[in-house]
Amino acid sequence: MENALFEYLLRLGDDSLILGHRLSEWCGHGPVLEEDIALTNLSLDLIGQATSIFDYAGKVEGKGRSEDDLAFLRFDKDYRNLLLVERPNVDFGVTIMRQFLFDAYRKPLFERLVHSSDEMIAAIAAKSLKETKYHLRHSSEWVIRLGDGTEESHNRIQDALNELWKYAAEIFYEDAVDAELKANGVLPDMDSLKSDWDTIVHAVLEEATLTIPDNNWKQEGGRKGLHTEHLGFILAELQYMQRAYPNMEW
Amino acid sequence: MVATKEEIWGYLEEVFDPEVPVLTVVDLGVVRNVELDGDACKVTITPTYSGCPAMKRIEDDIVENLNEKGIDNVSVDLVLAPAWTTDWLSEDGKRKLKEYGIAPPENEPDKSVLFADPFVVPCPKCEAKDTRLVSQFGSTACKAHYQCNVCLEPFDYFKCLR
Ligand SMILES: [Zn+2]
Repeated sequence: MENALFEYLLRLGDDSLILGHRLSEWCGHGPVLEEDIALTNLSLDLIGQATSIFDYAGKVEGKGRSEDDLAFLRFDKDYRNLLLVERPNVDFGVTIMRQFLFDAYRKPLFERLVHSSDEMIAAIAAKSLKETKYHLRHSSEWVIRLGDGTEESHNRIQDALNELWKYAAEIFYEDAVDAELKANGVLPDMDSLKSDWDTIVHAVLEEATLTIPDNNWKQEGGRKGLHTEHLGFILAELQYMQRAYPNMEW
Repeated sequence: MVATKEEIWGYLEEVFDPEVPVLTVVDLGVVRNVELDGDACKVTITPTYSGCPAMKRIEDDIVENLNEKGIDNVSVDLVLAPAWTTDWLSEDGKRKLKEYGIAPPENEPDKSVLFADPFVVPCPKCEAKDTRLVSQFGSTACKAHYQCNVCLEPFDYFKCLR
């Protein structure tokens, strides 16, 4: 496997960048002012995490690419994010459910990466974990409020779960990249990650009176660079300035 | 010019956080180390939150301030570990925050506890303990938004990060 570490860092960083960008689309459009500020705060944390991850990825790759080069100057097939995080915002319910399914994965993930044999990954994980705890609490509390709320809010967040569930399985996609990094301790003790995610997800959905869909269809491809049509639109906006005015700074 | 470490720490007390301008970077616990090697001075800093937009500005301000003091050979190193915590906020810093109208961090329950029992954040204006959380997320990543039920003052709370 050529540079498994670089590949893994792209997966980690692209999840943060693309979800951070999606959340930034709420700026000025939140259902209430407090949630407008909350979603953009989450966005800021995620984009900050992406900056640290890409900075390190550029050094690992060793071709002189900066964090900005990696964020702004790749093509869609070079992005390694989960399909889940590129799903459109749609409404507050869909945005919260997407965030919850993701946070329920990132918290136990960072709890493990804190023990990585790679010092830089351990440092990024320790920093990000403090923020992610906060994110998971925010999204969990909203899933419960909306699910166990009015008939309208219940139906809408149940619809969101039905729509997003098929993208959740990709969270646990693994290939030769993971195998190599597990063998050298960069990814420590990942076996119980899925069961930790299951525990969080089931507990919160039950409290929220929501039902996990029967449909077991899985949609994946993001980790291999095969994206839905939505990523192209995200990149068009994200990369516009650097493509139109190469090397511009402000 | 060659300065001592103590002098450099003193100079850093003149560099303020651009987002909470009442706190110095030393009060905030963002400066982790100062090293001298001949005329070279290396200052190590750590970000508060991953996405804190003030870090670049803090870096520039540190270099500018030390240059003004005649220390020309300054480098600023950004490290992520150990990760910043509000436990590093100095006692002096907490007092200055309160005087400025921002409630300093309280001993909060773990962030991952759902619907945790609310803890008391006293009003920085009238000291009343009867206050309410308006939003977990405030004007910057490090603050939450509160209101006092007694004097009705809306205020920022510098939230606990551990
Ligand atoms: Zn008051």
